[in-house]
Amino acid sequence: MTTTSDAPAARAGAPRAWAKKPGGSLGRYIAVRALLIVPTVFILVTTVFVLMRLTGDPITAAQGGRLPADQLAERIHEAGYDRPILVQYLDYLGGVFSGDFGTTLSDRREVTEVIATFGAATLELAFYALIVAFLVGIPLGRLAAFHRDRWPDAIFRVGGILAYATPVFFAGLLLKLIFSVWLDVLPVAGRADTRTELTLSRGDGATGIYLIDAIRTGDPAVLGNVLQHAILPAVTLGLLTAGVFLRVVRTNVISTFGAGYVDAARSRGVSERRLLRKHAYRPALIPIVTVVGLQIALLLGGAVLTETTFEWKGLGFQLSQYLQARDFVAVQGIVVVLAVIVAVTNFIVDIIAALLDPRVRY
Amino acid sequence: MTTPATASSRRPLWARVPVVSHLRQSVGLQRGMLVVGLVLTGLFLLTALLAPVLAPYGFAQLRGPDGAFGATQPPSAEHLLGTTQGGFDVLSRLIWGSRTALLVIVVAVVASILIGVALGLVAGYFGGWLDRVLVVIADAIYAFPSLLLAIVLAIVISGGQSSMWGGILAAALSITVIFIPQYLRVTRAEVIRVKSEAFVESARVVGASHVRIMTRHVLRNSTRTLPLILTLNASEAILTLAGLGFLGFGIEPTAAAEWGYDLNKAVADVSSGVWWTAVFPGTAIVLVVLGLTLVGESLNDLSDPRLRKRAAGEEPAEELLDPGVDPAPAVVSKETVA
Repeated sequence: MTTTSDAPAARAGAPRAWAKKPGGSLGRYIAVRALLIVPTVFILVTTVFVLMRLTGDPITAAQGGRLPADQLAERIHEAGYDRPILVQYLDYLGGVFSGDFGTTLSDRREVTEVIATFGAATLELAFYALIVAFLVGIPLGRLAAFHRDRWPDAIFRVGGILAYATPVFFAGLLLKLIFSVWLDVLPVAGRADTRTELTLSRGDGATGIYLIDAIRTGDPAVLGNVLQHAILPAVTLGLLTAGVFLRVVRTNVISTFGAGYVDAARSRGVSERRLLRKHAYRPALIPIVTVVGLQIALLLGGAVLTETTFEWKGLGFQLSQYLQARDFVAVQGIVVVLAVIVAVTNFIVDIIAALLDPRVRY
Repeated sequence: MTTPATASSRRPLWARVPVVSHLRQSVGLQRGMLVVGLVLTGLFLLTALLAPVLAPYGFAQLRGPDGAFGATQPPSAEHLLGTTQGGFDVLSRLIWGSRTALLVIVVAVVASILIGVALGLVAGYFGGWLDRVLVVIADAIYAFPSLLLAIVLAIVISGGQSSMWGGILAAALSITVIFIPQYLRVTRAEVIRVKSEAFVESARVVGASHVRIMTRHVLRNSTRTLPLILTLNASEAILTLAGLGFLGFGIEPTAAAEWGYDLNKAVADVSSGVWWTAVFPGTAIVLVVLGLTLVGESLNDLSDPRLRKRAAGEEPAEELLDPGVDPAPAVVSKETVA
């Protein structure tokens, strides 16, 4: 997926069209940026709604051919899909703004409930993946920049491109094949053993985030089991993002390395290593914040595939189950919620970037 | 179309074709990466074009002269890469799969260039409310997880499962919608830069119509970043197609061969130690995406004078001498770095 590496400039590029005059306070920036969420979410909700309704109603899609025509019509009428499209749209929009994303067709659950149940697992996976990405991508990107255009750089860059070129599910399958099947050191799939899962779900006030729940049980065996299951999915999804981080850090360190103040420091006799560590590295990390924001979208898409590969019972796994069941109400609900999450995360990330870099303002 | 009209005419035409000119500029490591990328891409194109000659069997063939192939047979002389759970020949599906991938890339990239460039041209040239609306919509779509959008579109276009052309169109058009915002943004940024040039103003003074200025003066000078996005998008198209296939939105196995679908079927095989059904289609995806990305990355680095390494004693970068091809504005070139 294409991402913006020199992110502050690029992200600010579009909203800048709204600006009346250059410069402005941080408060104004936050306000304008917050207001921009509304059209974004509105456009996304509308797009998904219109697209999904272009094909007809979800009940025909789920039941088409399996029910006699009169029963089908009755069920469509019950669910209100025979009303004018505009009425349905306004109804849906009203629902979304009051937090009601509909009820799934296949298992009759509230979409919000599905998200609450499975969201924790996805959150946990994304968190692990980000840790892997940071630990791998940032130091290697820095090394690549330092050895620019020499062999280490070439190896890291090709590694970064490989991480991007490998579909997450293929990386997952390979890791599974090597570590679970051939070496037999890590579990094949799932978030924990059945017994551990039972223990975890029985705990009071279980969060659904297994790491937290496992720590609270205080049982090292439970925690170990949970972590063992997390390794392969986390590495799979993390490497995808690590490749992006590597590239961004490399490009940015190279460009800050050529900046005037670095030349000035060099002429004062500062060593190359210190230049890299103290002068070029830190400012090069600011764009990472924005890239993390952009990665959320990639991460969520990757999570759908990773979760399916490892039967990690999160939102993505659930989404692919609903897809196979042709339950498009559930699909629409989950997609819209994920879109809202992405929009809000991007907002938060932009604010953090603005706090870090005073040049980012409207 | 990508050759800048105002470029110096001292060099012959073939040397100004994007990839060739980049290759001539490159040195050392950069040239190595570009060459590897070009070779991989070339192999992919050849495989796709010559699929009927290269493939030992059809992609949906289940039986040979000696009877049925048998399911999940390990690699052998008869089936160099083994057979799948469904009893297909892995090598044949691998080769035919490149054809599907190529078709999807071509349809997706052509459609998104046509629509994206047109919208970007209009948005950048006229500006105003139309520009704002288009940019806000493009931003909203750009921020959306592309795979999810592709899923929604695949549902819309094909209802989930489909024939060869239905599946190819579904995958390609789903990808198109994701790409349009990128082409729109890049073209728009270029158009805004170009339209303030003196030659556009003089065309206006002479009395040229908007359409003529847009197509003859602005568009021709705004397309130089396109080859970069094109290669990067081609690789993304393959990944999205494979992702869709993996989630069960692929093309029916009897309609065409598709790598993502084969990998989906391979998930169960892997747990029981059957590796050949997953490793080969997966490696094919990796190699093609790697090739296209290496080409795209190298073109990007070579087009950006700040990232380009020059051969010792070479003249200053020609961009600095040539007013027609001045260095890309930072935002545009950075955006294309995937």
